[in-house]
Amino acid sequence: MQAPILSVEKLGVRYGAVEAVRGIDLAVGQGEIVALLGANGAGKSSTLNAIVGLAPSTGQISFEGAPISGIATEALVRKGLTLTPEGRRIFGSLTVEENLTLGGIPLGKAQEKRRENLERMFALFPILAERRGQIAGTLSGGQQQMLAIARSLMMSPRLLLLDEPSLGLAPRIVDTIFEQVAELRASGITILLVEQNVAMSLEVADRAYVMASGEIVAQGTAEELSSSHLVEQAYLGHA
Amino acid sequence: MDFFLQQTINAVSLGGTYALLALGLAIIFSIMGMINFAHGELMTTTGYALMFAGLAGLPFVIAAPLAVAVAIGTAMLMERIAFRPVRKGSPATMLVTSFAVAVILQTLFQNLIATRSQPVILPDALAQSVAIGDLTIGVNQILSITITVIILVALNWFLKRTTLGIAMRAAAEDFSVARLMGVRANAVISGAFAISGALAGAAGVLWVAQRASVDPLMGFVPVLKAFIASILGGLGSLTGAVAGGFALGFIEIFLTAYLPEDWQPFKEALALGIVILLLLVRPNGLIPAFNIGREKV
Ligand SMILES: Nc1ncnc2c1ncn2[C@@H]1O[C@H](COP(=O)(O)OP(=O)(O)O)[C@@H](O)[C@H]1O
Ligand SMILES: [Mg+2]
Repeated sequence: MQAPILSVEKLGVRYGAVEAVRGIDLAVGQGEIVALLGANGAGKSSTLNAIVGLAPSTGQISFEGAPISGIATEALVRKGLTLTPEGRRIFGSLTVEENLTLGGIPLGKAQEKRRENLERMFALFPILAERRGQIAGTLSGGQQQMLAIARSLMMSPRLLLLDEPSLGLAPRIVDTIFEQVAELRASGITILLVEQNVAMSLEVADRAYVMASGEIVAQGTAEELSSSHLVEQAYLGHA
Repeated sequence: MDFFLQQTINAVSLGGTYALLALGLAIIFSIMGMINFAHGELMTTTGYALMFAGLAGLPFVIAAPLAVAVAIGTAMLMERIAFRPVRKGSPATMLVTSFAVAVILQTLFQNLIATRSQPVILPDALAQSVAIGDLTIGVNQILSITITVIILVALNWFLKRTTLGIAMRAAAEDFSVARLMGVRANAVISGAFAISGALAGAAGVLWVAQRASVDPLMGFVPVLKAFIASILGGLGSLTGAVAGGFALGFIEIFLTAYLPEDWQPFKEALALGIVILLLLVRPNGLIPAFNIGREKV
């Protein structure tokens, strides 16, 4: 792994009596795709939400070497990291283009850059260009997921946290989404990918962590994890 | 026929004022999940600003925008001092806070200005009317309808064409994700209060322009009506608030115009009865909010 762009130490997330994340350590290197795997309720989304300041957390989080714990979400995204949340959560009453415009807000006054990114997104996801004036809530699930990813990419993040992009999508669409994730790497962006689709995640990822009940129970390169039974064991709760 | 047209103009004029007030309530509700019961006091504040401006000899064309500016400032101060500290609190906490703000302002008006109704100096032109065919239209009605249309068009433009406007609509739908887009909560909420202040201010000017007086409780009844209008339209829906405002204006004016003499005392009750019937048919309002039932921040 190269110098970490993101490092997380002893991260804990607690909602009242529920301890969703129990002091985990993880790091993501510059330019890597790292997968965070685990069954439903393992604490994956809580981990991502804590990193962007949307869930209350304890422990240390640093981005590009500087501590970011306690910084407000809206300020964090201006530093170059963002989250594409689980369930897509596009703004359903807004048009496709309005959703993308919002994604460009962290770029501030850089109008030229915002226009350039909009064109880049339309090139990357041609279907969104076709539907730029359409109300986003009326898009299909796959198109909404593409819009959610494109909206995050509008701000030119250096680190993208991607929460279950394949959730609820038809297999053919899942393939497309994973291809697009793999293509993003070429643009130099670093990705922390949360997924339940283990096989496909290990195909695109360089390394992976496996979570169960709020703890990291296995980690290694994608190859190591593909060829061992660590992941299945974690899912079954034997690790 | 002419009587009908005449009443339609009255209804559009009154409905427009309700629509402006209901919109102000809806904008705050859509973003914060709070009914601002102190909205009426913004209207009253505008009335007193007009009164003082008149006493100072300022012409109406200067006094009116000035009074609206006072309402905007008051709304933003209200947010900063009273609502920001309880923003993370429960809906009940915010509701009680808004009641408290309303009562404090009413008490201040009563003690610092006057308990009784005060006259507001208005240009004579406002009290005149123009005849178009057999119709008589009051200048203040023309003013009211024109101002309402201009404000609705301008607000629509703002919400659709400016980044802050789009951000406000996004925040109304999903505040957490809006923050992920770098939308600053304080900016959006402050902006929402500024707009709701402007709307209450405009409604206040139009209200006073028809009555030429202001009293400490002036805002209570119209804002109660606007609250009913916004529920009728679909709580939290901006288009709904406008629809609800006009609908209520029509219901009230036409009941007054067409109910037989002995039924007039039941006018208000009948108007509310019609609203309830409409809500039975459309429980989420005429034009429901997009994110009905969604969690708010
Ligand atoms: N906002 C919340 N309030 C209370 N409990 C929560 C909240 N979000 C998640 N949880 C609980 O935390 C645990 C981990 O959830 P989550 O992080 O969503 O897991 P995953 O993304 O791996 O499915 C679960 O038990 C879940 O019920
Ligand atoms: Mg999850």
